[in-house]
Amino acid sequence: MLDSILFYFFAGVAVTSAALMVTRRNAIHSAVFLITTLLATAGIFLQLGAEFLFIAQIILYVGGIMVLFIFVIMLVRLDVALQHIRFRMKNLVVTIVIAVLGAEAGAIIYYARKLPGQGLFIQNMAPAEKLAPNSERLAESLFSGYLLPFEIASVLLLVAMVGAVVMAKNKKRTPEES
Amino acid sequence: MNPTLHGILVFLETWWVELTSGIVIVAVVPLVAGYVVLVERKLMADMQARLGPMRVGPHGLLQPIADAVKLLIKEDIIPAESDKLIFWLAPVISMVAALTSMGAIAFGPAFQVARDINIGILFVLGVSSLGFLGIILGGWASNSHYSIIGALRSTAQLVSYETAGGLAIISALLLSGTLKISGIVQAQYEQHVWFVFLAPVAAFIYLVASIAETNRAPFDLPEAESELVAGYMTEYSGFRWALYFLGEYANMIVVGSIATTLFLGGWLRPFPNWKGSGLIPEGIVDAGWDLVPAAFLGLIGVYCLYRAGKQPAKAQTWFMWAVALACFVVAALYAIPALLFAMGIGGVAGSLSVAVLPGLNGAFWFLLKVSGYIYVFMWLRFTLPRYRFDQLMHLGWYILIPLAIVNIFAVGVAMLVVANANWNHGLALTLATILGTVVTLLFAALLVRWHDRRTESASAASMAPDSYAG
Amino acid sequence: MMSPAHYLFLSLALFLIGCVGVVTRRNVIVVLMSIELILNAVNINLVLFSRVFGDVAGQVFALFIIADAAAEAAVGLGIIIAFFRNRETILADEMDLLKW
Repeated sequence: MLDSILFYFFAGVAVTSAALMVTRRNAIHSAVFLITTLLATAGIFLQLGAEFLFIAQIILYVGGIMVLFIFVIMLVRLDVALQHIRFRMKNLVVTIVIAVLGAEAGAIIYYARKLPGQGLFIQNMAPAEKLAPNSERLAESLFSGYLLPFEIASVLLLVAMVGAVVMAKNKKRTPEES
Repeated sequence: MNPTLHGILVFLETWWVELTSGIVIVAVVPLVAGYVVLVERKLMADMQARLGPMRVGPHGLLQPIADAVKLLIKEDIIPAESDKLIFWLAPVISMVAALTSMGAIAFGPAFQVARDINIGILFVLGVSSLGFLGIILGGWASNSHYSIIGALRSTAQLVSYETAGGLAIISALLLSGTLKISGIVQAQYEQHVWFVFLAPVAAFIYLVASIAETNRAPFDLPEAESELVAGYMTEYSGFRWALYFLGEYANMIVVGSIATTLFLGGWLRPFPNWKGSGLIPEGIVDAGWDLVPAAFLGLIGVYCLYRAGKQPAKAQTWFMWAVALACFVVAALYAIPALLFAMGIGGVAGSLSVAVLPGLNGAFWFLLKVSGYIYVFMWLRFTLPRYRFDQLMHLGWYILIPLAIVNIFAVGVAMLVVANANWNHGLALTLATILGTVVTLLFAALLVRWHDRRTESASAASMAPDSYAG
Repeated sequence: MMSPAHYLFLSLALFLIGCVGVVTRRNVIVVLMSIELILNAVNINLVLFSRVFGDVAGQVFALFIIADAAAEAAVGLGIIIAFFRNRETILADEMDLLKW
C-alpha cells in the first residue's frame, strides 16, 4: 500500500516536471524542473531497492550536472525577447507523431501483460533480498566482473574533463591582435 | 474498522519514531543554530578583548530570540526585475538540504531519523551538496551584479572543496570498511582508536575542506562584507536571509557531525575500551565515565548560580536562576540512571536506566565533540586573514586534492602491509600517512615553484581578471 | 502491488517527453537537458530489470550511464560556450553555418 502511494507520487512528480520542463520559456525554469524530475527518478531508484544508485543520482546528476547546466545558462544570458515561443506547425506535428509512437509502445506493454505465454514473460519482481546489501553487491561486481568498463569510464571522464576545459577556455588576445 | 484508517494507523505505528524525530529536527535546529550564532559572537568578543552581547537577557542569552523577532517583522523586499519563483525557492532549497541531511546523522547509538541506512555517510554528503543549488539560484534570481558574481564564486569554491573533502572521507572509509554510520563508530571501537590518530592527514584535509564548504573564514570571500556586500545574499532581507543564514549554520553542524563520526569516534567516550583491570575494577571505570556528563552540567549550573548574584537587574537574576535550575535538572537526568546502573538496582527503574543510559551518554559525548569542532571553526575565523579567490582555488585544486589522493594510496598500502606483514596497525598507518604527506608536500612545492615561474614569465602578457572563472 | 509494467509506462512517458523536447525546442541547452531526461528514462528501465531478475548488472550499467551522461554534458556545454563566444547565439535555428 505504501509502495504504490510512493510510486504514484514519484511517478506523478517525474512526469509533471518533465512536461513542464520542455515547455518553459525561461531556461532556468527548465533547469529547476529537470532537477525535480531527477529527484523523483532518484526516489524511484530507492523504491526499486537501488540505494547506491539513488545517492549516486543525487550527488552526480543533481549536485554536479545540473549545477554545470545552471552555470552555463547563467553565462550565456539570452535576451528575454528572443525566447518568445512562436506557435509552429512543425512542433504540433512532431508531438502528435511521437504521441502515436508512444501509444503503440504502450499498447505493446499493456497487452503483453495480459496474454499469458506470449510477449513479455515478466510478471513479478524478484524479492528485494536478492539484491541486498546493495552497495556491497555493486562494489563486488564493479571491481571484479566489470573492472574493465570501470577503468574505461574513468579514462572517459578524464578525457571529457580535459576536452571541456580546452573548449571553454578563454583564448586571451594581446591588444595588438584584436 | 475502516481499512484506510487501519492503514494509516499501521503506518503511524511503524514510523512514529522517524516522524517525531523529523519534527523535532525541524523545530529545534533553527533554535540551536541561533544559539550557535550567539556563541560565535561571544567568542569573537572574547578573542577581541571585549564582552559581546550582554544586554538582552543575562550575558546576552536572549539575543537570538531578539534577532529572530527582528528578522521576522522586517519588511520583505523583492527586487523588481527578479525571477519571483526562483527568488522564493532558493533559500528554501538551502534550508531543506541542510535539515534533511541531519536526518541520517546519529547522535548516539539509537538517535537517528533514518534508522541507520546502509549508505549513511554518503547520504549526508550528497544531500548537503544540494544546498549549492540554493546558493547559485539565489544569486541568479536577485538580478544584481554582486549577487551573481558572489554566487558563481561561492559555488566554484564549494564544488572544488567538496571534491577534496570527499577524497579525504574516502581515506577514513577505507579504515572502517562500511558506509553505515553505526558501522564506522563500531570499527573505531573495535580498533581501539579514533581514526583521527590513524589518518591525521585526512582529518586535516577534511577540516580545511569543511571550512571552505560552509563558506566560513578564511574562505568567506564570496560573502564577506568588504568584498561583495554580502555576495549571493545581498538582495535577501528579513526572513529569507534568516533562512540562508540558518542553513549555513545548520550546515556547520552537519559537517561537524560527519567529522566527529568519521574521525573523532562518534558517540564513544574517550578510551572506550578501557574497562579497568588490576587495581581499578571494571564497574568503577564505567560508573566514573558515566558520571562525567552529570558533573559537567552540574559545574555549569554552579557557575550560573555564581553569576546570578552579580546581575544588575532582578529579572536577569531570576533568569540565571532558571538557567541554573535547568542545568541541574538535566544533570540529575544524567546522574540518576548512571547511579542506578552502577549500584545494580533492578526492577522497572533499573531496566529503564539500562535502556536509556547508552543513548544519553552517547548523545552527550557526540555533542561535546561537535561543539569542539565548531569551536575550532570559530577560532580559525577570528584568527586568520581571508584568502583571495585565486589563492583559494589554487589551494583547493593544486594542494588539497593531490594530497588527498596520495593519502588514499598511503592508507591503502598501509592496510595491505598491516594485513600481510603483521606490523603494528596504528604505527604502520601513521608512518604511511606521514610519508605520503611528505611526498605530496614536496610535489606541491615543486608545482608551486613551476607555477610561479610560469606566472612571472607570462605576466608580460596582460591577464585581465576573469570574474566568472576561478 | 507494483508490477514491472507500471515502471515501464513511467519510463516510456519520460522517454517520449524527452524526445519531444529534443525535437521541439530552439534553445540548445534545453535540448541537452531533454537528452538527459531520455538517459534517465533508460536508467529507470535498467534498474527495474535489475530488480526483476535479481541481478546487480543492471545497476552497474545504470551507474556507467550516469558517468557517461556527466561526461557528455560537460563536453556539450563546452561546445555551446565556444559557439556562443563566436556567434553570440544559442538558438538551433541560427546555427546554420554549414547550410549550402
